Amino acid sequence: MLQIPCPWCGVRDETEFRYRGDASRSRPAADAGAAAFHAYVYQRANEFGWHVEWWLHFAGCRRLLKVVRHTESHEIRAVTGPQDEPPAGPP
Amino acid sequence: MADTSPPQPAPARRAASGRYSAWRLLREGLTGQRGWTRAWAKAAPRPHYRIVIVGGGGHGLATAYYLASEHGITDVAVLERGPIGLGNVGRNTTIIRSNYFHPDNIRFYEFSLKLWEGLEQRLNFNSMVSQRGTLNLFHTEAQRDLFTRRANQMRLLGVDAEALDRAQVRRLVPLADLDNGRYPVLGGFLQPRGGTVRHDAVAWGYARAASAAGADIVEHCEVTGITQAGGRVTGVQTSRGAIGADLVCLAVAGHSSRLAALAGLTLPIETHVLQAFVSEAVKPLLDVVLTYGAGHFYVSQSDKGGLVFGGAIDGYNTYAQRGTLPMAEEVAASAMTLLPGLARLKILRQWGGVMDMTMDGSPLITLTPLTGLILNGGWCYGGFKAIPAGGFTTAHLIACGTPHPLAAHLGLTRFASGHTVDERGAGPFPYAH
Ligand SMILES: Cc1cc2nc3c(=O)[nH]c(=O)nc-3n(C[C@H](O)[C@H](O)[C@H](O)COP(=O)(O)OP(=O)(O)OC[C@H]3O[C@@H](n4cnc5c(N)ncnc54)[C@H](O)[C@@H]3O)c2cc1C
Ligand SMILES: [Zn+2]
Repeated sequence: MLQIPCPWCGVRDETEFRYRGDASRSRPAADAGAAAFHAYVYQRANEFGWHVEWWLHFAGCRRLLKVVRHTESHEIRAVTGPQDEPPAGPP
Repeated sequence: MADTSPPQPAPARRAASGRYSAWRLLREGLTGQRGWTRAWAKAAPRPHYRIVIVGGGGHGLATAYYLASEHGITDVAVLERGPIGLGNVGRNTTIIRSNYFHPDNIRFYEFSLKLWEGLEQRLNFNSMVSQRGTLNLFHTEAQRDLFTRRANQMRLLGVDAEALDRAQVRRLVPLADLDNGRYPVLGGFLQPRGGTVRHDAVAWGYARAASAAGADIVEHCEVTGITQAGGRVTGVQTSRGAIGADLVCLAVAGHSSRLAALAGLTLPIETHVLQAFVSEAVKPLLDVVLTYGAGHFYVSQSDKGGLVFGGAIDGYNTYAQRGTLPMAEEVAASAMTLLPGLARLKILRQWGGVMDMTMDGSPLITLTPLTGLILNGGWCYGGFKAIPAGGFTTAHLIACGTPHPLAAHLGLTRFASGHTVDERGAGPFPYAH
């Protein structure tokens, strides 16, 4: 069971959240071209290690959170609001 | 339409382990069981191969076998970082079926099912192929319509599918609570030729046959780099030294992204974990593969008597081969809703396997942007049933340089060209497939 420290609600069980995928992708400019949109929509680094990802706290504050989590140990390093840049940590 | 008749068996080669037969069993029994030899040879890597296959799971081993049997290519190594068969090929819930919706998928999985039907004779290895039928239950009228459409699609392509009403479902699975308050069962769809296969025996059977044909199966050999020169692959770096190759095929299931990254490629894949569970053994009480339609839950009974069951993926990117409690609880809850009679059964074992979840939920058997690098991956949670067809068509791609007609829809370029094969219509969200 993951325990996600929501900046608004405190530490809560993973069952209160919904996973919403890789948060490292940002939408290309409208005229960026098909290759840029292909990369945005389909290609994923799928890191073995630290992964920046979206979690929706649907059974709490209902905010979308940015979580930095390790994909092997499941350790959570940072949780921020959606606009924030998570603090850089050890690689 | 491509020729989907199963290929004729290759001329029988004598395995180094000898032919297995009732006569052999009898003879060994009379001579103190001293005549059995290793089923496959433990090879040390040579400095160069024509073909290097990375990953000794079902798809890697089957590819090596079909390269030999269909194309006469035996200068082949299968490099496996651990012992063979400990990946997903030995972790799945062993279900085989071809009840897909997309015509291209139906043809591919039906070809696989036909190969399963002759596999034991062909490999001379008992993999306990059991066509006990797979039964998908439906609980709403909309779901019935969806299943009907799928079944019609299958029948149009000559694949078996039958609609069952409640009484027929009750006869087939007296154990199921068809009137449960929340999701009463309205009926089901049966694919009589679906069933289960002893998964470990699939790895062993293909390994034995590939090894007998001349391929090297190299265990404890982790690939750590992919070497290139002049824009094409020249070999791999491994924990047992550099190995040259004319062509490298990745068949590493949940690790495709990591291996592709070694070649500088990014894939439309996320890695997720799926769990499986086995109960204590009980007398025979379920003789079909049963799938619940109001949640993600499927169950069959193994020949040892344990109930083997599973559910959906845990739902977030992970390379941890374990699985967590919330999904175990959800699977148990589904089990209780459908089969309340199981309430007293103890779960003996639980495990997880990490899998490539693709952006459209369909696999990849494909050339890559790097010349000489071929990818067999993206199997999501359905790649066990696909092992014979996956190996067969991957061997074709390696030997001929062009996709086999049955796997032509599984190329990497389908995402850019808009030809995704999305069975569920869930969109580019791997956790949703
Ligand atoms: C719990 C669970 C239940 C499932 N149930 C079903 C089912 O009922 N029906 C169905 O059709 N499918 C099912 N699947 C899916 C199916 O098991 C997989 O899609 C399929 O086995 C994957 O192909 P494989 O057998 O080649 O993979 P694997 O057996 O995982 O083979 C890949 C191999 O690559 C090796 N490897 C990885 N990295 C390296 C490296 N760097 N160097 C060398 N070797 C490496 C691994 O050690 C592994 O042995 C299930 C999966 C899971 C996890
Ligand atoms: Zn919150």
